[in-house]
Amino acid sequence: MPILMVNNLTKIYESGMILRRYVEAVKNVSFTIEESEIVSLVGESGSGKTTTANIILRFIKPTSGEVIVEGKDIWNDIKTFEELKDYRKKVHAVFQDPFSSYNSFYPVDRVLYQVLELLGKNPRGSEGKELMEEALVNVGLEPKHILGKYPHQLSGGEKQRLMIARCWLIKPRLIIADEPVSMIDASTRGGIIKLFEKLKEEEKTSILFITHDMGLAYYISDKILIMYLGEIVEQGTPDEIISNPKHEYTKNLISSIPTLYKKWE
Amino acid sequence: MLMNIKKPLSLIDGKVKLHTNGKVMELDRLPREELQKNIWGKETSIIPQSAMNALMPTKKIKDSIMDVMRTHYDKIEEEEIIDRAQARFEEIGVSKDVIFRYPFELSGGMRQRAVIAVATLLNPRFLIADEPTSALDVSTQKMVLKTIQNLREKGIVKSIAFITHDIATVRQIAEILVVMYAGKIVEISPMEEIIREPLHPYTKGLLYSVVTPEPEVKKRGIYHIPGTPPNLMYPPPGCRFHPRCEYKLDICEKEEPQLKDINNRKVACFLY
Repeated sequence: MPILMVNNLTKIYESGMILRRYVEAVKNVSFTIEESEIVSLVGESGSGKTTTANIILRFIKPTSGEVIVEGKDIWNDIKTFEELKDYRKKVHAVFQDPFSSYNSFYPVDRVLYQVLELLGKNPRGSEGKELMEEALVNVGLEPKHILGKYPHQLSGGEKQRLMIARCWLIKPRLIIADEPVSMIDASTRGGIIKLFEKLKEEEKTSILFITHDMGLAYYISDKILIMYLGEIVEQGTPDEIISNPKHEYTKNLISSIPTLYKKWE
Repeated sequence: MLMNIKKPLSLIDGKVKLHTNGKVMELDRLPREELQKNIWGKETSIIPQSAMNALMPTKKIKDSIMDVMRTHYDKIEEEEIIDRAQARFEEIGVSKDVIFRYPFELSGGMRQRAVIAVATLLNPRFLIADEPTSALDVSTQKMVLKTIQNLREKGIVKSIAFITHDIATVRQIAEILVVMYAGKIVEISPMEEIIREPLHPYTKGLLYSVVTPEPEVKKRGIYHIPGTPPNLMYPPPGCRFHPRCEYKLDICEKEEPQLKDINNRKVACFLY
């Protein structure tokens, strides 16, 4: 059974009081993600990638369609707070901007404390401390250099690594990563990408990787979905998409990306 | 105390020479007025980094063009200039009506190309393009890149210095790559050779962290350079890259490597 099933998802935004205008941000989108699979959602700005992510994360209610995570329809079957908490343990998000994920008045440890509290563990106890240190080591951070610091004392790459350290505490079944490296310096990006691969391999985590960077999607994914104007216009394995794009938008996109090892004619 | 205040960007040492029409001009010696009148725009020109915002929002493109012309010539005919500017706009593939528009009426790619047209109106010999494509989406990026390439093919400009962090982009148009780290040049090499075999460890890290949709990239894997660039107020002693370098030798902490010739390439590293 797939971890995530998205069936005929549609989201229509309405605006205007008298003259109503409708924007179909997401149009009849369906896809599945299996266990330990990395699926990339690629598209330009405004193509509905983030809206799709927000619906799966239960931040925005869809107009129609269903999202099924491990057999449960997340918009109809989750009724109690306990069920919601359980859902939050199963599906976790890593966002684009590691700078605004932190409250600058608190030491960065707080983002890990909150996770431990969600898991019902005492962050100040010895078990909590051990778990935290283990998670930090897993994402390539030195615990004594990180704990107790304030957000402005860490670099963007370190902040994003710390956000991924939360995934090692929760061990979610599915991670929704919305442009997780687009604000990270190119020379540190590779390290973050490897962390996602490690989660996939060691914890069998499934990842929905949302990006506009075809190169990254090609490198990391098992399957690529191309989104254009709210619709999924094409899907396939990375090699299929790159060597034989079918939709006009995909063809145009792939021919525009500068390549490193070949020169344009 | 006030005596100690220096103007920003003042020249401490070194020379800037421009070879033009069989003459050599020492740009660092010329007074500002002379530079403004005879060098900037005519001999050298720049496409600024934030070209999207380089145009005055309350002025039509045409008026920005007239401004440029007025700095260089005492007497100008508006109609003649407009004809010339329109011809240039068409040459680089922008509709000639664009010059009667305000910047906000144009898309990002159009605005970027309008700036390129204004910067090259007087056929400067040498063009500096500072990250001209970094704020654009990929398909517009390709268009702007082709425009810049065209400038040189048509002989409008003779040489281009393309400043960027995006190797895959610059690889498409440049013949020689100069790699800088922490304020120093670490490698100079013909493009094809540096792509095939980067010599300096920093170049290696930089090149191998580029991910493009190509099978070669999957085979090669993805790299990253640990740590962060140094604070240049207190640069590390010796080679400035040594704290992040995986090939570090003892000498790297003490001595500064100089650029060394290797075949037709130059590299500043003790490994060679």
